[in-house]
Amino acid sequence: MTPPAMVSPDMAPLGMAPLGVPQASTVAPEVDALIGALLAISLAVLALVFGLLLTYVVRYRAGSDAFRGDLAAKTWRVEIAWTAATLLVFFGLFVWGADLYARLFEPPSATLNINVVGKQWMWKIEHPGGQREINALHVPVGRPVRLVLTSEDVIHDFSIPAFRLKHDVVPGRYLSIWFQADRIGDYPFFCTQFCGTDHAAMRGAVHVMSQPDYARWLDGQPASRSLVRQGQTLFMRFGCSGCHQAGNGLASSTVHAPSLNGIYGRPVALADGSTVIADDRYLHDSMTDPNSQVVAGYAPVMPTFAHVASEAEILDLIAYIRSLSQGG
Amino acid sequence: MSLTLPARSYLTEDGRLRSWLLSTDHKRIGLLYLGTTTAFFFLGGAAAALVRLQLIEPDGAIVSPETYNRLFTMHGVIMVWFFLVPVVPAALGNFILPLMLGARDLAFPRLNLLSWYLFVFGGLLSLSALAAGGVDTGWTFYTPLTSDYAKGHIVLVTAGIFIAGFSTIATGVNFIITIHRLRAPGLTLYRLPLFVWSLYATSVIFVLATPVLAITLVLLAFETIFHVGVFDPNLGGDPLLFQHLFWFYSHPAVYIMILPGLGIVSEIIPVFSRRPIFGYKFVAWSSVAISVIGFLVWGHHMFVAGTSVYAAIVFSMLSYLVAVPSAIKVFNWLGTLHKGSIRFDAPMLYALGFIGLFTIGGLTGLFLAALASDVHLTQTYFVVAHFHYIMVGAMVSALFAGLHYWWPKITGRMYPEVWGRLAALLIFFGFNLTFFPQFILGFQGMPRRYATYPAHFQVLNVLSSAGATILAAAYLLPLGYFAWSLARGERAPANPWGALGLEWQVPSPPPVENFRETPTVTGSPYAYPPMEDGVQDAADG
Amino acid sequence: MAETGIQYESPSHEAETAQAGMWLFLASEFLFFGGLFLVWTIYRVTLPDGFAAASRHTNIVIGAVNTVLLLVSGACLSAGLPAVQSGNGRMFRRILSGALVIALLFLALKGLEWHEDLNEHLFPAAHFALSERGAGLFFCFYFVATFLHGAHMVAGIVLLLWLLRRARSEPVASLRMPAESVTLYWAFVDLIWIVLFPLIYLSGRV
Ligand code: HEA
Ligand code: HEA
Ligand code: HEC
Ligand code: CUA
Ligand SMILES: [Cu+2]
Repeated sequence: MTPPAMVSPDMAPLGMAPLGVPQASTVAPEVDALIGALLAISLAVLALVFGLLLTYVVRYRAGSDAFRGDLAAKTWRVEIAWTAATLLVFFGLFVWGADLYARLFEPPSATLNINVVGKQWMWKIEHPGGQREINALHVPVGRPVRLVLTSEDVIHDFSIPAFRLKHDVVPGRYLSIWFQADRIGDYPFFCTQFCGTDHAAMRGAVHVMSQPDYARWLDGQPASRSLVRQGQTLFMRFGCSGCHQAGNGLASSTVHAPSLNGIYGRPVALADGSTVIADDRYLHDSMTDPNSQVVAGYAPVMPTFAHVASEAEILDLIAYIRSLSQGG
Repeated sequence: MSLTLPARSYLTEDGRLRSWLLSTDHKRIGLLYLGTTTAFFFLGGAAAALVRLQLIEPDGAIVSPETYNRLFTMHGVIMVWFFLVPVVPAALGNFILPLMLGARDLAFPRLNLLSWYLFVFGGLLSLSALAAGGVDTGWTFYTPLTSDYAKGHIVLVTAGIFIAGFSTIATGVNFIITIHRLRAPGLTLYRLPLFVWSLYATSVIFVLATPVLAITLVLLAFETIFHVGVFDPNLGGDPLLFQHLFWFYSHPAVYIMILPGLGIVSEIIPVFSRRPIFGYKFVAWSSVAISVIGFLVWGHHMFVAGTSVYAAIVFSMLSYLVAVPSAIKVFNWLGTLHKGSIRFDAPMLYALGFIGLFTIGGLTGLFLAALASDVHLTQTYFVVAHFHYIMVGAMVSALFAGLHYWWPKITGRMYPEVWGRLAALLIFFGFNLTFFPQFILGFQGMPRRYATYPAHFQVLNVLSSAGATILAAAYLLPLGYFAWSLARGERAPANPWGALGLEWQVPSPPPVENFRETPTVTGSPYAYPPMEDGVQDAADG
Repeated sequence: MAETGIQYESPSHEAETAQAGMWLFLASEFLFFGGLFLVWTIYRVTLPDGFAAASRHTNIVIGAVNTVLLLVSGACLSAGLPAVQSGNGRMFRRILSGALVIALLFLALKGLEWHEDLNEHLFPAAHFALSERGAGLFFCFYFVATFLHGAHMVAGIVLLLWLLRRARSEPVASLRMPAESVTLYWAFVDLIWIVLFPLIYLSGRV
């Protein structure tokens, strides 16, 4: 894999690229503004500290005849003053950083969802239409994209410097980040959580394309079926359909198991009296660890699929179960 | 200054190796620690040298990725647990603390010796694991990588750290009790030297944070051997739980690695400015504040790990809060310089360098504590640069400041001043050349712990490696001239700097029992008269 | 130890300092076990069924007897303190020996319990007998905690032996501070067990 250049030469350099890192997402300028403010304040403080240090060191060097009398008697006023000033600046920086952070991780409502699965030592990426790629991510410009992150083994981290974005990728969890790329071009991404021998090889490139180009790219991918269709196939192959009713098919065995029609996003009553919302995480755990959350009124007879289905296959199954709730 | 040579000193009392190895004299144990930690520093430094060598080329082929990972893990483990955590408290602190208090020894001398043996034993255990192939986990041992996927002698390394941890707990207990119980008459709370305050604050962390690391390592080892699922999500465990436990210790531990340095600098600035320390109480209590608030900020290492947004916001706020006492110290040092009468002996040069590098390191910590900017900068070379500025730039400078300052007391010999100043300047220069480029690399997105990297990062990496070469040479200088001074150095008087602390009232080197008679303290150790001119000896032993 | 260290003004200065050291050391120990209890509690809450099921496989009879034994030994040591104060050496030595025997009994029973556990394949490694999720974790904590507690017991026994030896050769009145320190340590070991007992034996039974 050849690492892509930070700024590819044929790309019109819209916007800024401080220190050669393009600002390729909507939040990038905002993050840079914060970093810029931190830098400005730091430089001011450094100028103050180094300035005073050097001035004093020169003026009050031993043997100089600078005036040294008339020392301040009440020091605590000075102490309070600089402590308060520091607190004030710190508080401002904290609020700025926290506010932006909260917005950084709150996705808009309509996003294009792409699954990202980390695995020692590669990234597997799946588009909703079933297109798969490895160590590369094609996205359309100007559209909010949500990456659903999970890992097959250890903790990884998906980092796109040009978007000023990164997040850990934790096994057994679905974490997500979102971005809206606003600049066409190729930008590197990295694994930034140490994950073993070839951690440094776990990188690739995001290809931000115009929306028509993206559509063309999707069409040009090897004809694969959508995640939903693939999930449906897996649902048969793993024998889920033997116990569960899904779609129009009735369960073939006599095992008493809940129907999966319409459960996505709904509350589910559990045997221990609690209620959970059937989200991605819940569906995932229902397959990898069925006995941890048993549905009220059913026997805990469902086998675990933890070592049978890969994380990518589980994502397909979830896509399928999710589709059963969308009026289909 | 009178040049009276002590007839008998702790150095000459009984020169046999056996008597050194079984000594319960805090001064000798301090030197044992100094020797062992120095050895560890050069071992860790050798690993760093290989790391920098590999990073000269983007596709560096000096070592395989696997070996590279083992190298930086070894570097981090050795530098943190076997060098920087113990070096100032257990080597310099051990030597100076009782002298500063007017005591004849620490409260528990045999425990002190035991803690050195534990340290050496733990160090050898970890080293043997590292020698037998090492581990490739990073010094942070994140799970499930460490427990279920990594190869190598993880249990052995963690056992070594566990044992060394108990050695620091023993040191912490010893220091706290000594400070409470063995002060000379008249040595009231606000007459205590600031180094004592900082050692006290450090010891609190030793005693209260280290046991949490210890139990975490026990569970980690159990998980690694038996795979029961303590931290493995595939078995129902929570990998983030490990991170919480680890950082609950390791964030306070970073303050273990700076507080003693803050103390040393607070000692040296007044002496060489001939001015009472500005805002004594603020400097003193800020050490305590750092140590206490430092227990509450561990979550700032996990801003992108998957904890809740609210937790992240709280940890960010507390991280800013813990930075305030550090700011107070910096301003008070500047206040001390004001209208002083400043001399530039080597200890002072190192201390001034410390102020600069600590400020840069601390300010870049603020970039990481502000949530949104951390998202971009975390896990990149920006973080590496941040902590090296504080731990290497600042803390190692503080160590050298203290070593030069107390060297006459410890050995009874003066170090060669010209060489001392030269080394101070060279270290400052080499250091900045090594680590400043890493801030830029970090902003550009170069991830840490990468054995190979995209070619456009090369120029800055080459600069950094060049700096490391200068730095390595600069670190070898003190080793050379300190050794030289042991044999050839000028004899040191009891109080070469005209300082007021109790440690300067005993001969250099001190006799075995430190004080023939228990001294009585009548004033502050910083009561240097405001001066209109020249150097004056404020006190003579 | 008989001689006062050069850094102390008087034997009582030294003895009181040693006791302060013991308190501080126990504060550290408290966080050591505290970390373990915290993790234990977290998993008990997230995996309640496995923990309850596993807990039912522990031997509550031995657990209960051991609890009584430890409490009695602690009470013994406390009862020994007046004997030290009044200089009644014989009495003190008897009480110490009593506590020692009880402590050894505790360890013997603990050994027996472990032996049983291993025979029933309750060690969470290969051939682990239970299949509930979380049961392995429970036994991980069980073995780690009882091992660490046992190691503290052994250290306590060494301290008792050391005290007994000194009580043979020195007037007991001079042993007040060490006796108090050892009693303090023993009370801590008791306390840890008081927390462990319900965690181990009761969580699946009530
Ligand atoms: C001795 C060691 C040491 C010290 C003292 C510090 C001090 C600080 N550190 Fe640092 N830190 C480390 C060692 C240290 N750190 C290490 C080893 C890591 C990485 C671990 C790893 O992942 O391997 C790390 C990582 C780290 C992170 C996590 C980064 C990440 O992985 O994403 C954060 C985030 O908040 C942080 C923040 C801070 C802050 C706010 C301080 C503050 O205490 C600094 C306070 C000081 C100042 C601020 C300077 C003085 C102030 C002034 C002169 C006044 C300024 C005035 C105004 C701005 C008005 N540090
Ligand atoms: C605590 C103290 C400490 C100290 C003093 C140092 C000192 C140095 N460190 Fe280190 N460093 C860490 C703590 C420290 N470091 C930690 C905690 C990490 C994180 C590890 C991790 O990610 O898990 C790290 C990681 C780290 C990295 C990042 C690796 C990576 O992420 O891939 C780099 C890269 O440049 C580096 C460089 C250096 C250099 C050049 C020095 C120099 O200052 C060293 C200079 C000294 C010498 C070079 C010795 C001189 C002598 C010789 C060369 C002779 C050798 C001869 C004999 C053996 C006899 N360090
Ligand atoms: C042997 C029969 C059986 C098989 C095979 C089976 N299940 Fe189940 N499943 C059950 C039973 C019984 C329950 C209800 C008890 C429980 O929650 O464990 C259940 C619960 C679930 C739930 C939670 C439903 C709710 O209403 O909250 C989901 C989701 C699920 N299964 C998905 C699957 C998938 C996907 C597969 C195939 C990969 C599968 N199951 C295979 C028997 C089975
Ligand atoms: Cu995956 Cu690092
Ligand atoms: Cu921290």
